[in-house]
Amino acid sequence: MKTIDPHIHMSARTTDDYEAMAAAGVVAVIEPAFWLGQTRTNVGSFIDYYSSLIGWERFRAAQFGISHYCTIGLNSKEANNEALAEEVMDILPRFATKEGVVAIGEIGYDEQSAAEDKYFRAQLELAKELDMLVMIHTPHRDKKKGTSRSMDVCLEHGLAPNKVIVDHNVEETVKETLDRGFWAAFTLYPQTKMGNERMVEVVRQYGSERIICDSSADWGVSDPLAVPKVANLMASKGIDQHHIHMTCYQNAINAYGQSGQFNEEDWLNPAPIDQRTLFEDNSVLRGQNPRVDEVDAPLKDAAVG
Amino acid sequence: MSNTTRPLELMQAWLQKQLSDEAFQWLADSAAALAGAADRDLYLAVSLVPRKVGKADLILSEADMKAADEARSGWRPMGWSVDQTARLVIMLAATPEGPEFARRLEQLCITADVRESIAFYQGLPLYPEGERYVARAGEGLRTNMKAVFEAVAHDNPYPVENFGENAWNQMVLKAIFIGSKLDPIQGLDSRRNRDLATTLIDYAHERQAASRTIMPELWRMVGPFADDELIDELSWPLGRELMVERQAAALALFDSPHEKAAEMLNSVPEIKSDIEAGRVSWETVCNDAPKP
Repeated sequence: MKTIDPHIHMSARTTDDYEAMAAAGVVAVIEPAFWLGQTRTNVGSFIDYYSSLIGWERFRAAQFGISHYCTIGLNSKEANNEALAEEVMDILPRFATKEGVVAIGEIGYDEQSAAEDKYFRAQLELAKELDMLVMIHTPHRDKKKGTSRSMDVCLEHGLAPNKVIVDHNVEETVKETLDRGFWAAFTLYPQTKMGNERMVEVVRQYGSERIICDSSADWGVSDPLAVPKVANLMASKGIDQHHIHMTCYQNAINAYGQSGQFNEEDWLNPAPIDQRTLFEDNSVLRGQNPRVDEVDAPLKDAAVG
Repeated sequence: MSNTTRPLELMQAWLQKQLSDEAFQWLADSAAALAGAADRDLYLAVSLVPRKVGKADLILSEADMKAADEARSGWRPMGWSVDQTARLVIMLAATPEGPEFARRLEQLCITADVRESIAFYQGLPLYPEGERYVARAGEGLRTNMKAVFEAVAHDNPYPVENFGENAWNQMVLKAIFIGSKLDPIQGLDSRRNRDLATTLIDYAHERQAASRTIMPELWRMVGPFADDELIDELSWPLGRELMVERQAAALALFDSPHEKAAEMLNSVPEIKSDIEAGRVSWETVCNDAPKP
């Protein structure tokens, strides 16, 4: 079964992950710009990070047959360094409309400080100016109020709810998110917050309209195969195939496809995978045989345990 | 500005023919509005291009290619796309002066996505005060993405006109190293030199020791320097099983000043006559060589 992981930080992952994801049927990923674990101290670090998202990582993913997209934004944690945040805001417009950038994100609140609020709003204005979608990171602490507030502020700035994807939902936030017309994304964490079993129950209760599953896998304990795994779990728990298809594939296309940058054609009729285009001395291949697929090669249909 | 004006007019005319009215109007309006505008507006317009004009191949006739070469000697917009062309139109229209153009180009390059990088390097021969971009062109050759490397190296008069011998040799060496063709490099034969030839022979020895293949076009760089010291190096490709390798060796022998060259050529009479009849050339060797 084909799946999409519309929130995963591939820069933090290995080539083993890419191989496993491709084998499990993940055809496309969206990598939101976020915090690197280590706080950045100058604007050049942001420039190089964003450049890597639109350049090298996109290229690297293609070597494994996975279409890579990204979102560009100043994350909430680092918005608290106001002097640096100002500089980042100056360069953001230069990245926002690059090839494969599907949204402004992930942005929103962490501590819900005044600085976070200021740069969240500034980026919502940028999204409006550029007619772009927004990916919201809802806070892990004070989740319920923070999620409501994120949506309030989006509406206050005149964004249409169907152009905003609200991520890291939980059982307590999903109803309001859906009722207000936003996309409700769920991050599947292996241990904390939203687990796979709970996700199945959410879909059982709410169906699949505007609900999206993702892994948010990064440099922490996380699972880059979370989406194909939850798809399999849903199937084994008797969830209708239609709901699985919508939450693990089609809704991501319906939501992010509005950007014009996220097209099913990119992976259904891709350019032949030609790993040989990589330079040998710094290749992801490192001496392995290149895998050169034909254009019309059938997509993999692998199961995941 | 005479060296940038005519290419700009040509690119605008090509795009007008191929783009929808709406897309071309956006381009014309943007280009007009950007004269004297802030950096931010330029950077945004350049990155927006594919969303506005699409990414189709630029379709050019023989006459168009001829006009390009007349407008700017050596300019060969082979395999360009409409977005790449439109980006250059915007950049050239917005910033005609060399120092300002160089500053903005540098900013555009450090935040470029892959298609932009390709466009910016393909545009090198069209920029005002061309000598300003040598270091930037060198950066383009340092990339790991073959398509970006080839935007500098292939069908581009910039390297032969602006690179010193060291940068030139690095480019040819890396082309061979990453399996990029040599024949599309402009000025390839005129810039051959002994340093490059001996470096490539060292590289060939490394490959031979590892039982790996050697790109036949390598021998093109060696021929003129195949003297007492190097002539025997051509025995190896001349004895290979693959026809295109033997052809490459024979072509190199034609360029060799050494007396032994004629004798070696006589050992492959069919290839020799194919070369004399023009049926085999460095171009055919380039096209017939197996993919690396």
